[in-house]
Amino acid sequence: MAVVAGVRTPFARSGTALANYTALDLGRHAVAALMQRTELDGAAVNLLVFGTVLPSVLAPNIAREVSLLPHFPRDVQAFTVGRACASANQAITDAADQIVLGHATVAIAGGAESLTQVPILHSRRMADTLIAASKAKSLSQRLGVLGRIRPRDLIPITPAIAEPSTGQTMGQSADTMAKLNGISRSAQDEFALRSHLRAAEGTRDGRLLAEIAPITIPPTHMEMLASDNGIRADSSLAQLASLKPVFDKQYGTVTAGNASPLTDGAAAVLLMREDVADAHGYAPLGFIRSYAYAAIDPAEQLLQAPVFAAPRALERAGLSLNDIDLVEMHEAFAAQVLSNLHGLASPYWAERAGFSSPVGEVDPTKLNVMGGSLAIGHPFGATGARIVTTLLNELARRGGQFGLLTVCAAGGMGHAMVVERA
Amino acid sequence: MNIAIESRSLSVVVEDGIAMITFDAPNAPINALNSRLAGEFDAIFAQLESDEQIVAAVLLSAKPDVWIAGADIEELVSLTTAAEGEALSRGGQRMLDRLAALRKPVVAAIHGACLGGGLEVALACHWRVLSDHPKSVCALPEVQLGLLPGAGGTQRLPQVIGLQAALDLILTSRNVRPRKARSLGLVDDLVHPAILRQVAVQRARELATGTRVRADRKTSASGLLLEDNPVGRALVFRQAREQVMKKTRGAYPAPLAAIDVIAEGQSHGMTRGLEAEAKQFGALAMTAVSRELTFLFFATTALKKDPGVATSGVSARIVKRLGLVGAGFMGAGIAGVAVQKQSPVRFKDASLDRIAAGVRAVRSVLDERRRKRQITRLAFDDMLSLVSGGTDYTGFRKSDLVIEAVFEDLAVKHEVLREVEAAAPNAIFASNTSTIPIARIAEAASRPERVIGMHFFSPVHKMPLLEVIVAPTTNQETIATAVAYGKQLGKTVIVVSDGPGFYVNRILAPYINEAGKLLDEGVGMDAIDEALVAFGFPVGPITLLDEVGLDIAGKSGRIMAEAFGARMEPSSTLQRVIESGRVGRKGGAGFYAYDAAGKKEGPSGSVYALTPIAGARRTMAGSEITDRTVLPMLNEAVRCLEDGVLRSTRDGDVGAVFGIGYPPFRGGPFRTIDAMGAPDVVRRLDALDARFPGRYTPATRLREMAVLRERFYPSTGKPL
Repeated sequence: MAVVAGVRTPFARSGTALANYTALDLGRHAVAALMQRTELDGAAVNLLVFGTVLPSVLAPNIAREVSLLPHFPRDVQAFTVGRACASANQAITDAADQIVLGHATVAIAGGAESLTQVPILHSRRMADTLIAASKAKSLSQRLGVLGRIRPRDLIPITPAIAEPSTGQTMGQSADTMAKLNGISRSAQDEFALRSHLRAAEGTRDGRLLAEIAPITIPPTHMEMLASDNGIRADSSLAQLASLKPVFDKQYGTVTAGNASPLTDGAAAVLLMREDVADAHGYAPLGFIRSYAYAAIDPAEQLLQAPVFAAPRALERAGLSLNDIDLVEMHEAFAAQVLSNLHGLASPYWAERAGFSSPVGEVDPTKLNVMGGSLAIGHPFGATGARIVTTLLNELARRGGQFGLLTVCAAGGMGHAMVVERA
Repeated sequence: MNIAIESRSLSVVVEDGIAMITFDAPNAPINALNSRLAGEFDAIFAQLESDEQIVAAVLLSAKPDVWIAGADIEELVSLTTAAEGEALSRGGQRMLDRLAALRKPVVAAIHGACLGGGLEVALACHWRVLSDHPKSVCALPEVQLGLLPGAGGTQRLPQVIGLQAALDLILTSRNVRPRKARSLGLVDDLVHPAILRQVAVQRARELATGTRVRADRKTSASGLLLEDNPVGRALVFRQAREQVMKKTRGAYPAPLAAIDVIAEGQSHGMTRGLEAEAKQFGALAMTAVSRELTFLFFATTALKKDPGVATSGVSARIVKRLGLVGAGFMGAGIAGVAVQKQSPVRFKDASLDRIAAGVRAVRSVLDERRRKRQITRLAFDDMLSLVSGGTDYTGFRKSDLVIEAVFEDLAVKHEVLREVEAAAPNAIFASNTSTIPIARIAEAASRPERVIGMHFFSPVHKMPLLEVIVAPTTNQETIATAVAYGKQLGKTVIVVSDGPGFYVNRILAPYINEAGKLLDEGVGMDAIDEALVAFGFPVGPITLLDEVGLDIAGKSGRIMAEAFGARMEPSSTLQRVIESGRVGRKGGAGFYAYDAAGKKEGPSGSVYALTPIAGARRTMAGSEITDRTVLPMLNEAVRCLEDGVLRSTRDGDVGAVFGIGYPPFRGGPFRTIDAMGAPDVVRRLDALDARFPGRYTPATRLREMAVLRERFYPSTGKPL
């Protein structure tokens, strides 16, 4: 399975540069840019899979809307998948599976998220009243129904990033993980600083910019956003240390500085069978060697499932951590990354995963070498496609052979994938 | 029982009491009306009247996206006297009067183009059902050819949609789309094409049985005030005349005649109105204006079919992706047109800021169309998704055509050409230069056969002309591809040979320079501009300089002077105004002063101090101003023909009208020479050349034509 190219929008803190774009706008931009850069004839594409976490009520199947870009024929198959923060990974593995099954030859997979333009719901009572009013047969009847609205009915329901099963927000879960795994505040802040500094370096030297399709900034469109706007090159430990814990205000260690920010953005990759890539004259970026999904009780350690997924993916690839030249680990929270790293090296977690020995200690020089979601940002539905792209681009630059990526996701889910440079 | 009568264009099948009349002109892609059809229509009307089984009729077209596209223009140009034209109009009126007076209802079932005489037929029917398909369009475009609707349209349209709306349609030739047609009341039903026939039959039956009666037209408040009383109508007509005069300065007789004819019918009834219509139709058909407009119609129609290469067997490459080097004003302008024709466009420019500006320019062109509801929000998003760009040549590798619109500097063009040849190995390289000979640019090429000029005019989305410039090395496939792609972008394309200024800018140069020399002599800039606007140009030459940009004009002026010597020597006032640092409207100051919003405020007084006579002023008759500026333009056009820059006078006329706004009612430079007569043109040029040696020397060809009393075009009949 060849990954031919990957491209994304710049990632922007929500409510900033990309605030006026919907997730669909961003997804279309990323996919159009992918088509422009690869110069692929749209008629060759027969599948588009997209991930999104908070779907728009107006365009629930975002994949289909993206696939209706003028670049593609109208018979492209398109569906939308959801696996929380691993949605783009789900899109990529689903598309890859479809190609392996022979149901498709060329596919685009990715994801998009606007955490600015999230759906806000009416209260249940308000919704019931509005529906009753729409069924009213006369004006007076309608006014009568609408007259039943009380001020408290007007309070909207905003989507919380909380687990439906446990009621815990993701931040609270990260705080809990820090406590359970003994991750200190300073270790988290140091990891966050590292993420920002490396992302800043990757931006400065153009490595991160290479995967970004610049986009004009509404409403004036006078300027182009060409880089991620959440990266702080001037961040410092002192600054990070000064931030107050957000979730557990008394004993917590998770702050806005060591958590990934709410982000708007989209990313997409182009997948095809190796012989098809050859026939189209493409030199692939790399290949998907294996992948795995795993899950854990959300009430335990919500974001620890990558620890289960990674050894399975490695086993399926027939490789061990020693064979891996680069590791990309999604950074939802510094506490989560450090917990995952701790777990990967731990015999206890290895046993729980069903393995006799742990995956091992990840070499810090091979980990998230251009920073991660803490700095770059984390549009839920898009991150997975960014990580695949970043990892393959950097493997090619470094001349390494194998790369491992992991992504944690709400619901206690985790994903891991092993890729190989072409 | 089915009864079928076979005739050449019209056939009738009676289905259950409804006569289904199908219009299907044999061996033609469209249905057009001509006098030969009168017999066929009469036979059918007689059948409708006499056949007891027939209760009603439906008029349909068998052509895919055309109902009736209008009158046969070939027949119009064959008219030699006003009386013949009047008789033609009378014939059409009589036929449609008979249709309108039939006792059995006739329903027009319209899908596709319903234009001119076609719409007049529909108006004479008793009910109109229109398909809501995007290909459906109604219009009365007669005034575009210097004519007016001559088959009762000037009388029936106001009856159907009201006076003000009718005036608007007839005077502007506006295309009316289905929804607008319904809201105007131009049609009675708007339906999906799949049920057009069915609904038309149903309405025919209802009208026949009396279960449906045409309701009286609802009159709006303004209608009551302005249309239903003589005082209000007088006001409407006066305003319409004023508007036409403001727009045309009286150069076009047709819209004024149309107003008179409509007014006649409104005041004295339909019979008098129809008489006036036929009379004016005949008179207009004989006007020079109508002849020139008809010529331009034939010329552009011929250009649409012209592949740009003489040799057969050369096929144009299909341009799937367009690369654009330079996202500036012209590059973005080209992109703005290309994305509307579904071409993916990739920009390359030096900085992302420049790319952003280019994308923004595309966005604003599309946004204007969206605001005018010409395109939907979705189409807007789709078109915009086709443009992107970067600071390197990513996305160029498979380009079929790369157009450069970078700075006008040969070294820069050479560098870009080399880069493009490396980045886009299969692409044709087109330069949008307006001044540099293509052969000079091609010198740096490793594949000079694929180098060509594509000279677009600004603003690209509004200017209809594309000048394709062929260098000696350019091959046939490259020419055919540039021409075909230009047409795909909706442009009227002329192919010219390489040379300084090509064609359009070359004939513009002496015109602009002589206008500048009038300034040198102390003539007021507003007087110069006014004289040429009165001649029919959309703006005068001094305003044009400000619009184009003095920096650009100065640069091209030097190139032209180097190439052609005295007759292209720029005026010293222009030189000094450029040296003073003014760049024209884009910089807020040129010959004229502009306010912050770019609105012209009036002549900039300090410019006169820069004339060689230090501000001394004189007045000059408008006719002398036009002679001194327009005659050298005409003369230069003939030289372009002599030099082989132009392939034909047709291209020269169309190029001048569509490229620089040469007055359409004058047909173009060559048509103007024909109208004046070569002897007169030569006499006037000689007189001027005696006063200003070397600047007005008549072209050899012109002198020969004067001696031989020759013309460029035949004096009567079909112009091409």
